[in-house]
Amino acid sequence: MSDECIRLEFKVDSENFASAGSASEAVKTQLKLLGINSHDVRRVAIAMYEGEINMVIHAKGGTAVVEIYQNRVDITLADRGPGIADIDLAMKEGYSTAPDNIRELGFGAGMGLPNMKKNTDEMRIVSNPGVGTTIYMKVNLT
Amino acid sequence: MDINKLTELLSAEVKNLGENKKVETGYCGDFLSFAMSRAPSQSAWFTVMSNVNVAAVSLLADVSVIVLCENVIPDDALLNRCVSEGLSVICTKYSAYEAAGMLFVAMKNEEKYCLPER
Ligand SMILES: Nc1ncnc2c1ncn2[C@@H]1O[C@H](COP(=O)(O)OP(=O)(O)OP(=O)(O)O)[C@@H](O)[C@H]1O
Ligand SMILES: [Mg+2]
Repeated sequence: MSDECIRLEFKVDSENFASAGSASEAVKTQLKLLGINSHDVRRVAIAMYEGEINMVIHAKGGTAVVEIYQNRVDITLADRGPGIADIDLAMKEGYSTAPDNIRELGFGAGMGLPNMKKNTDEMRIVSNPGVGTTIYMKVNLT
Repeated sequence: MDINKLTELLSAEVKNLGENKKVETGYCGDFLSFAMSRAPSQSAWFTVMSNVNVAAVSLLADVSVIVLCENVIPDDALLNRCVSEGLSVICTKYSAYEAAGMLFVAMKNEEKYCLPER
């Protein structure tokens, strides 16, 4: 049926930087196995990695749920981090609050959220300061 | 162009070689979220960033080979990750500008490269 889906769930850990990105890699592998075209796979991989790494860096981890449908992929990233006070500002290219020790690793260009927006067909951020952030993304499969 | 030819071109040292993949183009930069979205698939990524996150980005963006420039060497976590994922990483004494320039000229001579429109 058209609303059947493959559902993948991941706990995104903030402790181990070495494994950061592993949820995105697992999703990419799964999509390739399903024979999804490489352009669509790349869009999902970029959007999900940026969201995953943001949870690691800015929110001490969280959870990722990925649902793969016939014609789209839904990604839900939820954390109980500090939240985003001004979402419009956070979405601006170049805006980043990443501290120096994180910038030294190559993060902090302020391009993650814009990349997520660019590589998805729908994106919605729900965030409450002090409570956490949930980001919904949808990528249509072509 | 392929990884072996690029290695020779840059007098580079191979730290890990997965498959000898094709190299169709290149990308220079150290910010991960720029590389993530801008490095084309099948590219050589010229960078001085040498931590483990470089492997994750390369895998997800389908980078063919990580080229660490200016004698930078991969840290242990990055090298281990490259080995376990079959990702190629090579090290060169040249700067990102020089190394990318050498690739550009070589590809131009092969008539395999033209600049994309911006
Ligand atoms: N899950 C989150 N929880 C709290 N704050 C967040 C979260 N995701 C993003 N932010 C905030 O939004 C800002 C912009 O995020 P964005 O991903 O665009 O850039 P960055 O992570 O700082 O740098 P880059 O992604 O380029 O490495 C962050 O610096 C941070 O302040
Ligand atoms: Mg980010």
